[in-house]
Amino acid sequence: MPTDLNPLRGTFSTALATTLSTAMLALALPAMANPDPSDWQNVVAEAEGQTVYWNAWGGDTRTNRYIEWVAEQMQAQFGIEVEHVKLDDTGSAVARVLAEKQAGNSDDGSIDLIWINGENFAAMRENDLLFGPFAEALPHFALTNAAENPEVVTDFTLPTEGYESPWGKAQITFYYDSAQTEAPPQDMPSLLDWAEENPGQFSYPRIPDFTGSTFLKQALIELTEQDEALYQPVSESDFEAVTEPLWAYLDALHPHLWRSGRTFPDSGPNLRTLMSDGELSLAFSFYPTDAAVAVMEYELPESVRSYVLAGGTLGNVHFVAIPYNSPHKAGAMVLADFLLSPQAQAEKQSLAMWGDRSVLDIAQLDAADQALFQQGERHPSELPADALSNTLPEPHPSWMTALQDAWLERYGVN
Amino acid sequence: MLRLAPALIIALLVLPVGAGLLMVLLPAFGYLPALGGHTASLAPWQMLFAQPGLERSVAISFASGLVSTALALMMVVLFLAASRGTWLDRSIRRLVSPLLAIPHAAIAFGFAFLIAPSGLVARLISPSLTGWERPPDALIVNDPLGLSLMAGLVLKEVPFLLLMSLAALPQLAPEKRLMLARSLGYSPTIAWLKTVLPSLYPLIRLPVYAVIAYATSVVDMALILGPTLPPTLSVSILGWFNDPDISHRFMASAAAVLQLGITLAALLCWWLLEQLIRTLTRGWLTDGSRQRGETALRLFGRSALLISSSMALAALIGLGLFSVAGFWRFPEVLPQMLTLDHWQRSGSMLASPLLTTALVGLISTTLATALVLATLENEHRQHLQPKRSLWLLYLPLLVPQIAFLFGLIVAAESVGIRPQLGLVIAGHLLFVLPYVYLSLAEAYRQLDPRWLQVARSLGVSRSAAFWRVRLPLLLAPLLTAFAVGLAISIGQYLPTQLLGAGRVTTVTTEAVALAAGSNRRLIGVWALVQAGLPLIGFMLALTLPRLLGAQHREHAS
Repeated sequence: MPTDLNPLRGTFSTALATTLSTAMLALALPAMANPDPSDWQNVVAEAEGQTVYWNAWGGDTRTNRYIEWVAEQMQAQFGIEVEHVKLDDTGSAVARVLAEKQAGNSDDGSIDLIWINGENFAAMRENDLLFGPFAEALPHFALTNAAENPEVVTDFTLPTEGYESPWGKAQITFYYDSAQTEAPPQDMPSLLDWAEENPGQFSYPRIPDFTGSTFLKQALIELTEQDEALYQPVSESDFEAVTEPLWAYLDALHPHLWRSGRTFPDSGPNLRTLMSDGELSLAFSFYPTDAAVAVMEYELPESVRSYVLAGGTLGNVHFVAIPYNSPHKAGAMVLADFLLSPQAQAEKQSLAMWGDRSVLDIAQLDAADQALFQQGERHPSELPADALSNTLPEPHPSWMTALQDAWLERYGVN
Repeated sequence: MLRLAPALIIALLVLPVGAGLLMVLLPAFGYLPALGGHTASLAPWQMLFAQPGLERSVAISFASGLVSTALALMMVVLFLAASRGTWLDRSIRRLVSPLLAIPHAAIAFGFAFLIAPSGLVARLISPSLTGWERPPDALIVNDPLGLSLMAGLVLKEVPFLLLMSLAALPQLAPEKRLMLARSLGYSPTIAWLKTVLPSLYPLIRLPVYAVIAYATSVVDMALILGPTLPPTLSVSILGWFNDPDISHRFMASAAAVLQLGITLAALLCWWLLEQLIRTLTRGWLTDGSRQRGETALRLFGRSALLISSSMALAALIGLGLFSVAGFWRFPEVLPQMLTLDHWQRSGSMLASPLLTTALVGLISTTLATALVLATLENEHRQHLQPKRSLWLLYLPLLVPQIAFLFGLIVAAESVGIRPQLGLVIAGHLLFVLPYVYLSLAEAYRQLDPRWLQVARSLGVSRSAAFWRVRLPLLLAPLLTAFAVGLAISIGQYLPTQLLGAGRVTTVTTEAVALAAGSNRRLIGVWALVQAGLPLIGFMLALTLPRLLGAQHREHAS
């Protein structure tokens, strides 16, 4: 065999050399001219015939079905092909753009649009991985009435500066089985009492899961006296002092959690499965309609009810953004604009389709568009419509990372 | 042309693994210009070693690899030793090869539901035997010691090792050895262990090593069944590579290098154990004891494999029930109502991933089979002994996927290869080829050379003899190897997702994406689809030779 292998060794080292030199060469290449969002007609014209690869979390069939509907509309109305790239973790799309940047691929990336918010957005902005500003130039953006609704241009306290376009709204919503639990806890201290009386029937997703981290922030906002510190970068305050009440609370809570806090559910949706199995009696979700949908899909009993904590719960807006090296930016912008249209927003909000709340300022729409948002009867497991006014804003994204690290430090090894 | 085959095969396998490893090694030591890492440093390693629970992650990865392999190997060996060709033994054997085809994730989901406190087993005995009206708050799945992970791994390793052993056995003529030993008064199980096993083990050694490497670095099963606080090293690595905090990539690369080290350490440890056992059992092999332990060994050999196969089967049944379940809460053994909703809702989304899965699987397996046949035929024509360097074939199986795949995308991007179907197929080839080779090589070498000599003496050319004599005679093992290759391709998640940038969607990538939503009914649907495809492959592989064989005989008569 040695004789057979000899030529191979040559090929191998040559290929390595090529690999390295190409990588360096590619770094020096300039990017192609980007479409100008202020010249919208040109954008639409350029977009026609493009294929937009939209990377979006694919764990929910209802979201997937909505995206499929969007793809049909885009094909029919604009001649744009939309491909849903289903992710199990949005972080992997960030990692992909990064790998492309690392390899010097600055104009032919594999992602055109990405469903994003919070720390993923912060990370991409910080590393110049996003294209923009484009969002405020989209024709339908005005319907969000951003002057009155600053949450559509603010992502975890960071101004979006036009680098992502709002898509939908989420808010922490608790749910319980009214056949088993009569009076669910209404704030963090009573949650602790409730857990003591009902050991093993509540839990939150394991950090660094997104929903789990949100629970930490929710608890911190309620427990700490220094709320204003949470809306500044974490480096500007005394982390230990601000979070001290949170750790004391969790130390007390954990022994009464599911599996005595020795393990945690692995994701937000996993809480629902555990409710479904009868292991938990109280759970929460980022999607206010989650419980109603789960009842419709046989996962939860019809006696399930949703509610928001008395002092309000964390809510945020989720966005779509365009990576800096997307080869189909025009198509991606037309798609982002379509997502903001009353037609698409109303379809998204309908419980039969997805049930994700609109980012448009519905009261400002004309009558015909407002009519699109009229829903049929409310599902009994759904949250009453007025309950969602009680929304707490998200802290600065640096708090999320700091809380995650501190949690893992304390509870990451059992 | 044929002479180039071995070199081509090795280039196809070694280059990507090497390039991928290099692109992980550089950032592990701080070199990643896109992120501002221009100088070599040990900072990624310092950050890695400061991670809470790292020691435990490492220990569990290491231990689960060794323990599950040892257990699976013991079960397979004792089953073969104790099996007497009875009806039960034959049915277990038949059951086992389709089990090989079922992807790890599908088995893991089903198994988790089987053993969870609210799972099928607990429901069967509740509340009648246990008095449980609510599921007990017991930590079974995701236990900190990784026991449920190891059990899950064993379920998948047993069919693989059994199939590899069954493929290698015929050349050892075990019946002759047994008959001789029996005539000297050895009881059957002891006779097998003393006369067949010592010759069998060297033949299945590489597959055993591949199992260890796989088990120390497995991601999908560990995500579902493994410990969580902290998780296994491979799961942590995946999280770090996907972390939006981009500086984690340096640490993730260092961790990937550490993973490689752990896998190698586990292999080394196994090799040392091999030496130890060889020394320790030398006396027993020749001490002439003929009966001692027979009953216990036989009982274990027959029951252990039966239990593990039935567990795997029960896991699948659980998945099947969920895929048609209406509301179904503990402690009900069966769902309150059955519905086809979940299948209908998935129906429209199934078509395109199924097509892609079939396309990628068929192309990569066909290429792999052709290359393996070319290599083996070349070996035969040149009268070469199987070469030492062929162990390089197993490189993609011995180097953990998680250690080189992330580097491989960077390497591919650097030479301007964009993620696409072709790249995914090439990526699958990396993993399909070694398995096809493993499944086919022995049967190929063992084919009685006189068949071909007769053909040549009748004036048939070499290539005609290959196509018209060798291939038809090898039809059965060829189809099995093809089915194994297909199953491997269908089960691939990371290579498909990373090399296709998520644009190439197979049933496996869809299943994993949906699994993130934790809807067990949908997981049931997709896991069954995922398991069903390779099953069809195996059914065909088992029945086709018989059908074709019958035809041949009819023609002859």
